[in-house]
Amino acid sequence: MSDQSVVTAMTQTVELAQNSALTAIAATKDLSAVKTLTADLNKKDSPLNTLKSELGKLTSVDDKRTMGQLLNTASQSVNAALLARSTELESLEISARVAREAMDLSEFATRRRRGHSHIVTQATQRLEDVFIGLGFQIAEGPEVETDFYNFEALNMPKSHPARSEFDTMFLEYGDPGSILLRTHTSPVQIRVMQTWQPPIYAIMPGRVFRRDTPDATHMPVFHQIEGLVIDRGITFAHLAGTIEAFTKAFFGNEFTSRLRPSFFPFTEPSAEFDIRRADGEWIELGGCGMVHPNVLISGGINPEEFSGFAFGFGIDRMAKERHNVEDIREMYTNDLRFLRQF
Amino acid sequence: MKILNSWLNEFGSFGTDTEKLAAAMTNLGLAVESVTSVGTPVKGVVVAKVIRTERHPDAAKVHRVYVDAGDGVELHVWCGAFNMKPGDLIPLATLGTTMPDGRVITPRGILGIESHGMLCSGIEIGLDADADGILILPSTLKLGADVFEALGVTADTVFDLDVTRNRPDCNGYLGVARDLGAKLGVKVSAPALDKAKKGSARSLKVVISDKEKCSRYNATVMSGVVVTNSPVWIARRLVNSGMRPINNVVDASNLVMLELNQPTHAFDADKIANAFKIRCAREKETLVTLDGQTRELVSTDLLICDGKDMPIGLAGVMGGQSTEISSTTRVVALETAFFESSGVASTANRLGLRSEASLRFERGVDPYGVDDAVSRFAALLRESCPKLVVHAKATDGIEKSLPLKQRVVGLRIAQVNRVLGTKLSAKSVSTLLAKIGFVTKATSTGKIVTLKIGVPSWRPDCQSEIYLVEEVARHYGYENLGKIVPQSTMHGRLSPMQQRRRELREVIVGLGVSEAMPNPFLAPGDLTKSGLSEELAIRLANPLVFEESVLRTSLRPGLLKAISYNLSHRNTNIGLFEIGHVYPARQDQSTGELPDEYEVLCIIAAGVNSEVAMDWWSQLSVTMGFGAQLDQKSVEPGYHSTRSASLRRGKQLLGSVGEIDPLVLARHDINVSVACLELNLTVSLNEIPKVSTAKSVSRFPRSDFDLAFSLPQNEPASSLLKVLRQASGPELVDILLFDIYRAPGVDQDLSATSRSLTFRIQLQAKDRTLTDAEVSTARQRCIDAATKLGAQFRTV
Repeated sequence: MSDQSVVTAMTQTVELAQNSALTAIAATKDLSAVKTLTADLNKKDSPLNTLKSELGKLTSVDDKRTMGQLLNTASQSVNAALLARSTELESLEISARVAREAMDLSEFATRRRRGHSHIVTQATQRLEDVFIGLGFQIAEGPEVETDFYNFEALNMPKSHPARSEFDTMFLEYGDPGSILLRTHTSPVQIRVMQTWQPPIYAIMPGRVFRRDTPDATHMPVFHQIEGLVIDRGITFAHLAGTIEAFTKAFFGNEFTSRLRPSFFPFTEPSAEFDIRRADGEWIELGGCGMVHPNVLISGGINPEEFSGFAFGFGIDRMAKERHNVEDIREMYTNDLRFLRQF
Repeated sequence: MKILNSWLNEFGSFGTDTEKLAAAMTNLGLAVESVTSVGTPVKGVVVAKVIRTERHPDAAKVHRVYVDAGDGVELHVWCGAFNMKPGDLIPLATLGTTMPDGRVITPRGILGIESHGMLCSGIEIGLDADADGILILPSTLKLGADVFEALGVTADTVFDLDVTRNRPDCNGYLGVARDLGAKLGVKVSAPALDKAKKGSARSLKVVISDKEKCSRYNATVMSGVVVTNSPVWIARRLVNSGMRPINNVVDASNLVMLELNQPTHAFDADKIANAFKIRCAREKETLVTLDGQTRELVSTDLLICDGKDMPIGLAGVMGGQSTEISSTTRVVALETAFFESSGVASTANRLGLRSEASLRFERGVDPYGVDDAVSRFAALLRESCPKLVVHAKATDGIEKSLPLKQRVVGLRIAQVNRVLGTKLSAKSVSTLLAKIGFVTKATSTGKIVTLKIGVPSWRPDCQSEIYLVEEVARHYGYENLGKIVPQSTMHGRLSPMQQRRRELREVIVGLGVSEAMPNPFLAPGDLTKSGLSEELAIRLANPLVFEESVLRTSLRPGLLKAISYNLSHRNTNIGLFEIGHVYPARQDQSTGELPDEYEVLCIIAAGVNSEVAMDWWSQLSVTMGFGAQLDQKSVEPGYHSTRSASLRRGKQLLGSVGEIDPLVLARHDINVSVACLELNLTVSLNEIPKVSTAKSVSRFPRSDFDLAFSLPQNEPASSLLKVLRQASGPELVDILLFDIYRAPGVDQDLSATSRSLTFRIQLQAKDRTLTDAEVSTARQRCIDAATKLGAQFRTV
């Protein structure tokens, strides 16, 4: 038999206990208070737990079930309130911490500086990458050269008049006039022919030397890049095609190139190559041509079996024009105020 | 070579579309440097006569010139030039004339006296390049006439061509016209020759004693010469070609040279003792050349001598003063010769005497152009000497060494197509070449079609087949040869060494230093100044300046200069690096012809010490896999001897790390410490580190313990580290030196005492958790080993 009066009284007590717990939860100020309160509410003698232990005093099974459910609901709502409060307080505390920890990152924006590659190095690498994409490898050679590699093997025998145009710097080393600072990267062509086997698709960047008084556009020490292709069936059209592919890859698709006849002792037919900007202006870039049969022979290659072309131009000017450097000498002052711009 | 459009048109109907002509020349390989307009008439400039001149007491730099412009009215003009005298005809820019520079002539004068116009120099009205005085006009002109009309000057265009070494023929109009005519389909004809009947026989004796240097010498006598000014049109042509008119004889010679690329020289025939002898000079023999200079000669110089063996000309370079054409010359002996090019070049070079003639002989003239040149000279001189007589029986000494009239060179059609990528037939190749005077003498058919091409005497450059291929390409048009990107059969890539060099650069730039490119040339003494030996430094035989006459053997001197420069400009955080070659001489030159060139890295920074240098080294060695032992006992010269180490592997020196010697710094006016790291990249970059094999990470906990030792200063920390590493056993994962402590005051003299070093030793087994007993055994082994080394264990 249900004892309605007992149930009513107990229900009121449960509601009272639940409300008092919820009020206490709402009143907590920080996470540790919530923790203490949680412990208190979970004690055996907490009001709700005391009521649970008193369930046994009820005689009616129905009453036991009703009150049990009521107590469970009350406990659940208290626990939910505890969790909600602790979540709320945690987020408040983190917000407060975040506010407290504010840092002005602009204070550190310029603190540690990375160094800078020289613009000639940057230009060289950009050029190398374009040619690597076209299937070229990179060859290197000594900067101090013999007369043979710098001149003789390049179809400029001892008395050749074109030699005088190179303003060569000679060294007091070996036989007089025999050892020099290379005047162009072309000696590397011969070294590559002697050590690699055709097919050869190579570029040769490097430092070169001419006995030129420095001015805004010339330095006695400067950099060139040279290209050499030797294979079966290589024609002048392949030379023009390579120059065109390079022009578009390096300068942009809006550029075109042309070859016009010229003269170099080491190539025949020879050409100057110009590039044309989108605005129609032609800019002289470098020299090129089909490798002269005598040069192939110097490199130990049979000119009847293989043919090839070569081209070359200055790197410093590429860097100078890309960055609008007014005076090329500025690139070699090693002033950090200049170097750090790039 | 300057080409006047009007003159060019005398060789063929090329027209006046100068843009089209310039483009055609460019496509032929005759690079057009500039295209300029000359002789554009200036309206309002008239012929006036100087009546008198007068100074004004208050005007020092100008004078008053009274002129008559044809109407009998005396005009007054202020003038700053003083080269005119009464009676001279001069150009007067009348009031209202707009000058080429935009100025308008107004009556504004000075001292309150008006000026009724302006007297003009040649340059002011574009008539010649002379700015020095007022242009004195030929006395025959009509007063008051328009100066340009009176002179017959019309607007013209000058193409300035950069003629390449292989095209000597294009140092003359005929060569340019021939090439251009072939390209444009214009018929080209040689200039008019002298048609007058030859006079009486008059021969001069010609003896050629050096037949290699001179293989042809024509001496033609011409009488009836009256030396005067050239006709205006001849003078105008010379001026526009950048040459100075001298007199009618010399000018005719120069004109022939410009037209036919054949220098000639006119001697006063009365002063040559009736003969020419062409011989080499005797050592120290002298000759006074036309420019008044006394030239001391050597035995390789070729001389023209007179009948008494006296030098009267430097062959192919410049004539002598004693036989110069003068106002009294009546008979001319004209030299038209073929001198060997390298001989002329060496004489001109040695004397620093470059003339229009020497330039042409150096490049090569047509050995068979002599007859036309003589006749053309006569035709031109006849313009001002109507009574000119060219005497018959001129002497023409021709030696066997004279190049052939027509060299025959074989040309395989397959070779043309192989090199150019064309499919040209024998017929079209032959046609292309015929247009520029290359004659097909024979065609051999069969398996290999070969043309026998007769190369004209004006093309000494075409020595073999490949040169003919270029001629075909030029006239076929480079632009018509197509553009094909070859399919490289190679894999485009950096070599492993080059790849490593790029990685290295990235790492270095990450250290905060920037790349410098100092001059590889040093001044004598720069190496010594940096504490280095000059012994292996190679000197330049012909340096530009003394301060740049030594090849570097180290990157340090250049970078120290750069550091010093940046310090003096008060730049901050100064850190630089260079990757570059050094070029020491070989100790033993029998081991190779070239110096011992190799690539070096040098990193250098101001205001930091060797701790930073060691940090660079450990970063590089970890990221790049560089390995070397630190040897503080043998420090390289130029380094701070107690704060540096050499990097060695066995006996091989790979580099150095540390600080620069304070003495070196003082010599460079650097008053902060400088950290430096150097590494031989030729060795280090070529060593490709092995690919690391993966080791599984242990799942068991790690046991760490710290040990502190007091170690005497003279014992390197690395020795203790090595001992601990050995003693800690196989379970060692890592040892870190994480604290170094020196008692306060001790760092005043680092060498005096010891310091405390604290290590963290990390042990871990792969297959189990180490027991406390195992760890404490290892710990004791470490303590014992360290003690044995002389370290004193300190309780942490």
